Amino acid sequence: MTHRQRIVVLGHGMVGHRFVQAACERGLTETYDIVVVGEEPRTAYDRVGLTSFFEKGADALALLVDDTYPDPRVRLMTGVEATDVDLAERTVALSDGESIGYDQLVLATGSAPFVPPVPGRDLEGCFVYRTIEDLERIREASREASTGVVIGGGLLGLEAANALVQLGLDTHVVEMAPRLMPAQLDDGGGTALLRHIEGLGLHVHTDARTEEVVGAEGRVRGLRLAEGEIEADVVVFSAGIRPRDQLARAAGLAVGERGGVVVDHQCRTEDEHVWAIGECAAPGGICYGLVAPGYTMAEVTVDAMLGGEGRFDEADMSTKLKLLDVDVASFGDAFATTPGALELVFADAVGGLYKKLVVADHPSGQGLRLLGGILVGDASAYGSLRPMVASDLALPENPEELILPAGRAVADVGLPDEAQVCSCNDVTKGAILAATDAGCEDAACVTRCTRAGSTCGTCKPLVKKIVEDHFAEQGKQVDRSLCEHFPLTRQELWDVVAVHGYTSFDEVVEAHGSGRGCDLCKPAVASILATQVGQHVLGRGRRTLQDTNDAYLANLQRNGSYSVVPRVPGGEITPEKLIAIGEVARDFGLYTKITGGQRIDMFGARMEQLPAIWRRLVDAGMESGQAYGKALRTVKSCVGQSWCRYGVQDSTSLAIELELRYRGLRSPHKVKAGVSGCARECAEARSKDFGVIATEKGWNLYVAGNGGYNPVHAQLLAQDLDKQTLISYIDRFLMYYCRTADRLQRTAPWVASLDGGLERVREVVVDDSLGLGSELEAAMARHVGDYVDEWQATLEDPEKLARFVSFVNAPDVPDANITFTQERDQTTPADSEGPVVIAAEISVGAPQ
Amino acid sequence: MSGEGEWVAVCGIDRIDPEGGVAALVHGEAVAVIRTYDDVVYALSNYDPFSHASVLARGIVGTRTLDGDEVPFVASPMHKQAFDLRTGQCLDDEAVSVPTYEVRVSEGQVLIGGRREAT
Ligand SMILES: Cc1cc2nc3c(=O)[nH]c(=O)nc-3n(C[C@H](O)[C@H](O)[C@H](O)COP(=O)(O)OP(=O)(O)OC[C@H]3O[C@@H](n4cnc5c(N)ncnc54)[C@H](O)[C@@H]3O)c2cc1C
Repeated sequence: MTHRQRIVVLGHGMVGHRFVQAACERGLTETYDIVVVGEEPRTAYDRVGLTSFFEKGADALALLVDDTYPDPRVRLMTGVEATDVDLAERTVALSDGESIGYDQLVLATGSAPFVPPVPGRDLEGCFVYRTIEDLERIREASREASTGVVIGGGLLGLEAANALVQLGLDTHVVEMAPRLMPAQLDDGGGTALLRHIEGLGLHVHTDARTEEVVGAEGRVRGLRLAEGEIEADVVVFSAGIRPRDQLARAAGLAVGERGGVVVDHQCRTEDEHVWAIGECAAPGGICYGLVAPGYTMAEVTVDAMLGGEGRFDEADMSTKLKLLDVDVASFGDAFATTPGALELVFADAVGGLYKKLVVADHPSGQGLRLLGGILVGDASAYGSLRPMVASDLALPENPEELILPAGRAVADVGLPDEAQVCSCNDVTKGAILAATDAGCEDAACVTRCTRAGSTCGTCKPLVKKIVEDHFAEQGKQVDRSLCEHFPLTRQELWDVVAVHGYTSFDEVVEAHGSGRGCDLCKPAVASILATQVGQHVLGRGRRTLQDTNDAYLANLQRNGSYSVVPRVPGGEITPEKLIAIGEVARDFGLYTKITGGQRIDMFGARMEQLPAIWRRLVDAGMESGQAYGKALRTVKSCVGQSWCRYGVQDSTSLAIELELRYRGLRSPHKVKAGVSGCARECAEARSKDFGVIATEKGWNLYVAGNGGYNPVHAQLLAQDLDKQTLISYIDRFLMYYCRTADRLQRTAPWVASLDGGLERVREVVVDDSLGLGSELEAAMARHVGDYVDEWQATLEDPEKLARFVSFVNAPDVPDANITFTQERDQTTPADSEGPVVIAAEISVGAPQ
Repeated sequence: MSGEGEWVAVCGIDRIDPEGGVAALVHGEAVAVIRTYDDVVYALSNYDPFSHASVLARGIVGTRTLDGDEVPFVASPMHKQAFDLRTGQCLDDEAVSVPTYEVRVSEGQVLIGGRREAT
């Protein structure tokens, strides 16, 4: 048979995309060509993450690289709607007039927001919240608006409300039911959520029925409720969704009572050539408004087309999400409808915490098993609780510990291999173990190979724990120790120094290490001592620990000479200092270059010249820029409000203040920072370890970005801060980094390595959930108080200065191995051909 | 080949930090003079054959365990290759080594002799 068959997929949303992906991966394209018809103007994107469109833009949401599938047998049409299906002819009519034949037809048309039939719903200013285009329109309308209303207080409604808040609108939520998220939460959970949401300044109206959208001149002016009126310029309907089953209806296929194309357990409709998957389908008569069941349907359908036996039975409707910064999770039998179900509740109304476990006697007669639960305010236990529901495992003896605030660690409960760990991608514990046995060395690799943790990320800590436990069981150590001399990680070393109060390398290595150290552990210990204890890096017992550059307080260059960088806080410098730098460079014959951090680098200094150069710079009022240290480098700034006609805050003053505050702070790696005076972001603060961007109301703080080899944008940690709060957050962030990062780990990989990532940082820095805040701030205050300029202190100490000689026995003879030539009127290093014999017949000085 | 007459006094041992080094000029050559924790003094060429720069005296001094033996080394400050202080052998590349020199400490003075023959 030479005839290739054709699958036509209607709808290129999340589930349609997953279908095509699975079809390519599992070899269905060996026998079939695939044509995908998508009505939206763009290819599939991550609708679950829709709201982040405002922050990251459309490209970040795209599910396809370059809008195409790597498999040439897939043809993708966008901006084209399927208008009719002819089951007898097996053809589909398209809005562009084309008609295409199929051997197999897959309906993946998703669902549409339900807009209740209230008068005024067509007025200008009324929106739904489903596509990127919807969000673009809402953003546009919000520019002129001040108040917004979301009709619907469910999961999607709150998500939309969050977006309106982000767009700067005073936001109302109108919900018909007596509580928020009525489908997922009970009254206790709804109350805890309400407290958080009202705390954020949103106005919530429950038990409220919308009677009319009020308008004037065709535009929305407000909303009339039974109990009164709300003024509003923007109205977003989020009152539920309806499956898009019209094509199937018109073709005569059966649909469910509440809509949705009826399919069997393999997702096949009544017509054996037609399938339906995702939100438009109703397997067993039920439509699912979540992506994970849709993904399973896509996989099952591919499997069925390959002749497999996969089934879609019923889906786990568990949800965990972060709504307006509040953790909410609801899973299993959350409403305790199972006969014999009991509830175990922990509620802290003041703290806005509500945690409920639904349990029942274990069928074995021994202990209890978990049926479901609700978590509001802290859902960290969700990742380990949800798999326990499916696994029928007996609960540990004191199940309340699973939800008490202290029990925040990932529970270690020995899940069976069949337990589903990642519900988004249906990955079991067994599959994770198989991936580790097949060669995965860490959790990140397991995520790449199995997709576990790649969608919502909730199960990541559990995946990591399973991988690590598995390695530990096999006696395989994931070796994170610093080097052969210390069986400790940098963080453990930090703790050891803090607990014992060590002040020298010798004490540390004698008590906790072996041998005499090396170029890995010595600088690490030096850095830890510098941050915890202070004292000069060239002090006795310290200087021999320092890495190359710190050892001479300058940056070693390729020919053995050094470069010198005085601090220019915030990039602001007086003409006098500029002249002084120019004169020093001229008099010592140094090459000068402007750095990316807004200062001036002078190259080509011989080691023995460094003190004289610094004498001049210090006399001119300058100090060390620590360009040589794993330390704060610069706080780059734009000129800000004082000059710029767009600036909204004084970015330069803030940058100077921050640079002077954190100067000299030794850290696991270099730290760069930036402050921009408005959203134009001229200081490129989002490519820094911490970046501050001015808003009309204060400062936004971004963390964990960097340029360089692997550029990463900094992420928003907190918004609209006043200066004092901003500084306390940066204090905490930097000290937490100094304490817990690995050696030579920049902030971005550090944050990525934390359990919970940025959320973890937010808990520690913003929420202060570990209660570490004041301790971290006190440590920073100590650093700030103890700061001295390293170069000035060196110039004042003959013992330190004695090291800055070319030869110990011929301090006046320059090392002839260091040579220079000229390029573009400046000095550059000359390449060395080999060691030279220094001809000068020198009087070998009597050694002191 | 180091006759008694070729010994050059370069400095007092106190000028060298334990686990630190100084550069000295000996017979026209730049020599890294390095003192270990147990006060043994070693001398090797200051010239790092990897980076072609005269810098070894400025490196970090430590120990590395090789075949159960604790080898004292200095790591080049340029790209961190380690050299055995006793033999000049590079511990990261067996094809590379640097010359070493005879050393003596007498009455608190460090004396450097001639280049040792390569072993
Ligand atoms: C704001 C928001 C937040 C969400 N958050 C979560 C969450 O946290 N967790 C979760 O599990 N789920 C969440 N969801 C739901 C999730 O996005 C959906 O379950 C998922 O997108 C369903 O995929 P689908 O392919 O079935 O439908 P869709 O993604 O809607 O795709 C259907 C596609 O078919 C196209 N189409 C329809 N009719 C035709 C036609 N006749 N011809 C051609 N093309 C057509 C549509 O334009 C659309 O592009 C959220 C949804 C929204 C809107």
